[in-house]
Amino acid sequence: MNTNNDLPLDSQENDRVRALPADLHSRREFLKRFGGGIVVFVGFGGKLAEADARFGQRGVPNDFNAFLRIAEDGRVSCLTGKIEMGQGPITSLVQMLADELDAPYEKVDIIMGDTDLCPWDMGTWGSLTTRAFGPLLRAAAAEARGVLLELASETLGVPISRLQAKDGVIFDRKNQKKRVTYGALAKGKPIARHLTVKPELKNVSEFRIMGQPKLRRDALEKVTGKAKYAADIRLPGMLYASILRPPAHGAKLKHIDTSGARKVAGVTVVEDGNFIAVLHELPDVAQEALGRMKAKFDVPRAPVTDENIHEHLIQVAPRGDVAAGGGNLAKGRKLATRTFETTFFDGYVAHAPIETHAALANIEAGKCTVWASTQNPFGARDQIARAIGFPGERVRVITPFVGGGFGGKTGNLQAVEAARLAKAVGRPVQVMRTREEEFFYDTFRPAAIVKIRSGIDDSGRMTLWEYEVLFAGQRGSEHFYNIPHHRTTARPRGWRGGRGTHPFATGAWRAPANNTNTFARESQIDIMATAAGMDPVEFRLKHLGDPRMIRVLRAAAKRFGWTPAKSPSKRGLGVACGIDAGTYVAAIAEVTVDARTGEVEVRRVLCAQEMGIVINPQGATIQMEGCITMGLGYALSEEIHFKGGQILDMNFKHYEIPRFSRLPKIETVILEANDISPQGGGEPTIVVMGAVIANAIHDATGARLRRMPMTPARVKAAMR
Amino acid sequence: MPNTISFRLNGKPVRLQVDGNRKLLWVLRTELELTGTKFGCGHGVCGACAVLVDDRPVRACMAQVASVAGKKVVTIEGLAKNGGLHPLQKAFVENDALQCGFCTPGMILTAYGLLRSKRKPSRDEIIQGMDDNLCRCGAHTRIVDAIQSAAEEVKQGT
Repeated sequence: MNTNNDLPLDSQENDRVRALPADLHSRREFLKRFGGGIVVFVGFGGKLAEADARFGQRGVPNDFNAFLRIAEDGRVSCLTGKIEMGQGPITSLVQMLADELDAPYEKVDIIMGDTDLCPWDMGTWGSLTTRAFGPLLRAAAAEARGVLLELASETLGVPISRLQAKDGVIFDRKNQKKRVTYGALAKGKPIARHLTVKPELKNVSEFRIMGQPKLRRDALEKVTGKAKYAADIRLPGMLYASILRPPAHGAKLKHIDTSGARKVAGVTVVEDGNFIAVLHELPDVAQEALGRMKAKFDVPRAPVTDENIHEHLIQVAPRGDVAAGGGNLAKGRKLATRTFETTFFDGYVAHAPIETHAALANIEAGKCTVWASTQNPFGARDQIARAIGFPGERVRVITPFVGGGFGGKTGNLQAVEAARLAKAVGRPVQVMRTREEEFFYDTFRPAAIVKIRSGIDDSGRMTLWEYEVLFAGQRGSEHFYNIPHHRTTARPRGWRGGRGTHPFATGAWRAPANNTNTFARESQIDIMATAAGMDPVEFRLKHLGDPRMIRVLRAAAKRFGWTPAKSPSKRGLGVACGIDAGTYVAAIAEVTVDARTGEVEVRRVLCAQEMGIVINPQGATIQMEGCITMGLGYALSEEIHFKGGQILDMNFKHYEIPRFSRLPKIETVILEANDISPQGGGEPTIVVMGAVIANAIHDATGARLRRMPMTPARVKAAMR
Repeated sequence: MPNTISFRLNGKPVRLQVDGNRKLLWVLRTELELTGTKFGCGHGVCGACAVLVDDRPVRACMAQVASVAGKKVVTIEGLAKNGGLHPLQKAFVENDALQCGFCTPGMILTAYGLLRSKRKPSRDEIIQGMDDNLCRCGAHTRIVDAIQSAAEEVKQGT
């Protein structure tokens, strides 16, 4: 993999990447900076409208200037409402823009998640950046390139057919001395122009920058401590807030005595109903002063715990929403000579990013600016505006680097709190959650139940599939096997239960719903393969019709060196397949199980993936590795313990995320599929991790785990 | 009560009037505006706040500022020398050994301590030495690779 010369390692200053335009304090300044630049008003028309409808992002602007700017010196700014939380769009979006525009990769900067500067965006989630925003960005760049060619033709007096655009320069193929740079074309030429013929996006054969493995563009800032996250922004006169929190969700404040905190020199106490905060110029002093308040809460009775939550959920589940179905279930039951009924269980799982939620709010001249760790800056802007009674255009959210999100940084409560406090005290205020607050206010992946009844006939062919998922959500619930009589039901469709469901907030967690669904489905497939006396890879291939899935499964088996055997073979090998965000995944894992302790060691994970056209193979590979590593956690150790609304795991001492010592040998394979548009990359691989490990445990021991996480105690119990 | 506390920070002397019981992390991040040292857990469990005190990694969220009086403190901002990255920083970049980057300063400074006590650690020794530093993005395998390749360079360079 050639990744040389991507970054200037000899320089400490990385001026190529400007993820945080802290120096641009207003749209006016930004426009001033680009005042000599080109302003081209072009309607996108058909193609973009289609893209919008497909992903329901109707608020995305039509004007391509919203997506890019070309400055006089030829530097290009890529503007996106997406944010960088580690998943790598800071690199891949620049690849897309530079390639479609024929601009030099090194001369493209990127500004992300700034609501005053960037085009509206719903949020960075769902593995949508490449597959949904990518086409918009590329179309904008392609159109800009077309307009620049027209301008060059007029400037040089050369017909467009003779012109070539390369590295930010347009020249006459017959006389290369006749040339003009993008920067020079842009200079002093605000032009409103539409292209009559919309340019096509480049074919893979024309890619020069897309498809190349590129190192992260933000690495230099991140290894030198220069990278700024929300809690790293400093403003003169700023205060740090510590906020009074209840001991349990649903608890009511009965009595408060703030006098102890007020005695601490330099403290400001803000009391606004139940919203009570201590502010100080030093964050640790504010936190310490908060501890001097005396608060009494009424904590509601707590009948629901992590032990009995599934019984409760089964009782309160809403009616079904059929996600998919076909054939005739009665017929399927009749054809089955053996049926298998299994119920699978999942607990609550935390996002636990290493960066806790943080925000700094500053209100100046009637405008509120908030630097926030958020996955949806535009959503945050609207929430803040509502909370402090400002019109939306007088709130600006700037998103510095985000220290991990995984679906958990979408609520923006901390940004709203910072803005409310800044308004109350008339000074800039930072809110940064403690680790305990981070766990307490997390929107956990919901506990869930999957019930499956399935059947095979005498020839080992599946005839029946009745699948019902409670509370995980619909994503990934539809099977992809050839089963003539089947029905899939999701109760409810989404991952937020209604009132009275969960004792605290739940939400999207990396590949929401799909981790739970793939765990259940692929475990059940293995149960049937075993019953049919077949190798689990062969059993799957026998029932697969989708060539994309067949291809990834075959590739995984081949690269792993899979040899067919009936499970349990005592080898400790498991297989699982999944589809998420349009991407196909097949994984094989090898485990050993300590029969005495129930401890599972995952020794090797190989994952093959087909994700359509790959923009940055390096970034895509890293996302696969990250998914495999993170997935070990929900599979083996991660589970929130609670008593009613009281969260019992509030720190990494109790909540076990994967450590270095859990690390298996990781192998990844990305299959070329240049006839398929780019698909999602940030989430898909993680969906197979529960099932691939469960199936490997079964293969090693004969014990079938039906509940995640597969802790040593549960493994031991299953082995009995 | 404020005390006068002097130490060397990233090669330069500093003299502070602070309550010596306060934690080093907050003094670094607030008064000294060195925000490369991150808050992750507040209990010394995650390692995001690791800094070097007399060349040994210390969790700044647990260390009282008085404990570094008269000592040499190096934060991530002070690791590069004369405009050149430390081999570990370079290796983290070349190996893409980070994603969100939030745990990275603590990872690099903990690895610095590891390489100081063990010039050429085995893969298992790296895993053991880094086990108390948490990363949520799953950059672990590349972090191990980066530390291994940095160890080679450090060895060759000396």
